[in-house]
Amino acid sequence: MNLHDARRRRRLSWEQAKRDLGYRDGDPLNLGRLCADRHVDEGRGERVALIHEDHEGQVRRYTFRDLMELSNGWARFLSDQASVCQLDRVCLFLDRTPELYAAFLGILKTGAIAEPLFPVFGEDALTARMLDSGAAAVITSRRHLGKLRRTRSRLPDLRTVVVVDAEPGGQGLRQGEMAFRMEDHRDARFSAAATHAESPSVLHYTSGTTGAPKGALHVHGSVFAQYLTSKVVLDIRDDDVYWCTADPGWVTGTSYGIIGPWSLGATQVVLDGGFSSERWYGTIERHRVSVWYTAPTAIRMLMKDGLDPVRRRDLSSLRHACSVGEPLNPEAVRWGREAFGLWFHDTFWQTETGAIVVTNLPGMPVKPGSMGRPFPAVEAAIVEPGTGVPIAEAGRVGLLAIRPPWPSLMRAYWNNTAAYYGKFLNGWYVSGDRASVDDDGYFWFCGRDDDVINTAGHLVGPFEVESALLEHPAVAESAAIGKPDPVSLEVVKAFVALRPGFEASEELELDIMNFVRKRLSPLAMPQEIAFVDRLPKTGSGKILRRMLRARELGQSAGDLSTMDGG
Amino acid sequence: MKELILDYIKREYLDADDAGDAPLTADTPLISSGIVDSFSMVSLKRFLEKQYAIRIPDEEATPQAFDTVTSIVGLVARHLPKTGA
Repeated sequence: MNLHDARRRRRLSWEQAKRDLGYRDGDPLNLGRLCADRHVDEGRGERVALIHEDHEGQVRRYTFRDLMELSNGWARFLSDQASVCQLDRVCLFLDRTPELYAAFLGILKTGAIAEPLFPVFGEDALTARMLDSGAAAVITSRRHLGKLRRTRSRLPDLRTVVVVDAEPGGQGLRQGEMAFRMEDHRDARFSAAATHAESPSVLHYTSGTTGAPKGALHVHGSVFAQYLTSKVVLDIRDDDVYWCTADPGWVTGTSYGIIGPWSLGATQVVLDGGFSSERWYGTIERHRVSVWYTAPTAIRMLMKDGLDPVRRRDLSSLRHACSVGEPLNPEAVRWGREAFGLWFHDTFWQTETGAIVVTNLPGMPVKPGSMGRPFPAVEAAIVEPGTGVPIAEAGRVGLLAIRPPWPSLMRAYWNNTAAYYGKFLNGWYVSGDRASVDDDGYFWFCGRDDDVINTAGHLVGPFEVESALLEHPAVAESAAIGKPDPVSLEVVKAFVALRPGFEASEELELDIMNFVRKRLSPLAMPQEIAFVDRLPKTGSGKILRRMLRARELGQSAGDLSTMDGG
Repeated sequence: MKELILDYIKREYLDADDAGDAPLTADTPLISSGIVDSFSMVSLKRFLEKQYAIRIPDEEATPQAFDTVTSIVGLVARHLPKTGA
């Protein structure tokens, strides 16, 4: 830590967030209340909280008073009619509708734990996450009800399925399914559960190299980190219109798509619909978006469409842009400068860290390709993989590590204490990302330290993909790796050995791709399948993914002395 | 061609048990409504290439070109071999 860092850290601490939010240690703290009711209590009830545009272009605006009343309605319904109790896990399996945002706050007001799920998850992905968490209830729409019905027999703890757009009178719903139309149940008053800073709040599942996805559990006090980083890194101010393009099924969509901006009382835009550059530029222009938080894959997709669509629009409202999810390549940073006259400020954090930990701050010189420097209230270092001892030498690659505690650090992996403690070494939280730091204190990402696949900013566990592949009747053995991709950073590539009686063909490849897409998600679908006679394994039968990856990259696979076959 | 592609999308990308969506037509937005996302476009493109024995260049496989069955039909037609004298 140099003198400059030390001074900045003294100036900025999590205590500032507590002071700004009027919080004293030991006070009750409820995120649902803090993000909605507090603004009404403090005279900001008529301020627009949410500008929502659906896929047909219909725009609806919600004030903080609306958010308070709608989330109160959700909280009362969940606790009085759906029998949701404090600490129950309540899943959100919805597109980016207003119901998702109000229900998220409503769940937190009851003292239950919100578990957002990506709406394109297939049945196996859903089951793995809901079974592990023992989810008591799930909120969904008719569009996604079929998948839930097919998983229900495998989810013994699931008591209630709430459908936000059921036919009048709940026609067509089955036993254990309830209709709830949010707008019919506004409630001016609800006494939020007296949760505290360390009370559990949000459970987000994330993928690892081995085993099923792990649920990172966060607490209400995470807001101190999300508030301060939204204010200082995203630079959200009173007169801004903010747009975070992430889905709340992923942690960015909750930490910075709900909690961060609304703890600040900011106006934010939500676009429910698929990507197209026309749609995205239109959103910025129509709603006068001034602060934009997006992802490198999206920026590279915009780049593909060139500068003409940018020049046809008035995007002069934009004043600050940030990026997250995967390394932002220098070409994308430079293109952003040319297209919008702005530097995209890369930020680094993870599901487990809950908030930004390394970043390019506004006003700080951007080094294209660097993730920036530690957030001033955070201590970060590059450490030796085996010992966790910090590496002082500039440019030497090690593991990016953060010194605990900080407010938004996960408090547990749900049902997986061993994996949780495995993330800490020599007093550091170790991220699993390889990086180096230069003489100016800027961090540079070098790659993952494990086999997890980062596709379009989302982590996909190879084990999950391989397990799904093995369920296909033609597949005898399977392996999945990340194949470099110019737009999505990596895409899933599968290696498959077929059962006797099956022959490799284009038709079978497509069938297997669709099979995985429907079981897990489109992100997890292999975009390429290589049919092989057998897979390289260690003597103990473990598949050597690193060898497959090395072959794919035309590199040496290193020491393969324990290898069998191949 | 239109019916075949429509049937394929209904079978592979819509859930037969789900409700809540208007019936799929040749002009229903696929990408902007979230029925098909950019990752799923890869498998849809693969299907079209296999079914019609064509190759669609990556630069033409855009969200706009895949946004409706009508636009997909136009894309495929441009790549079909010319027949007749």
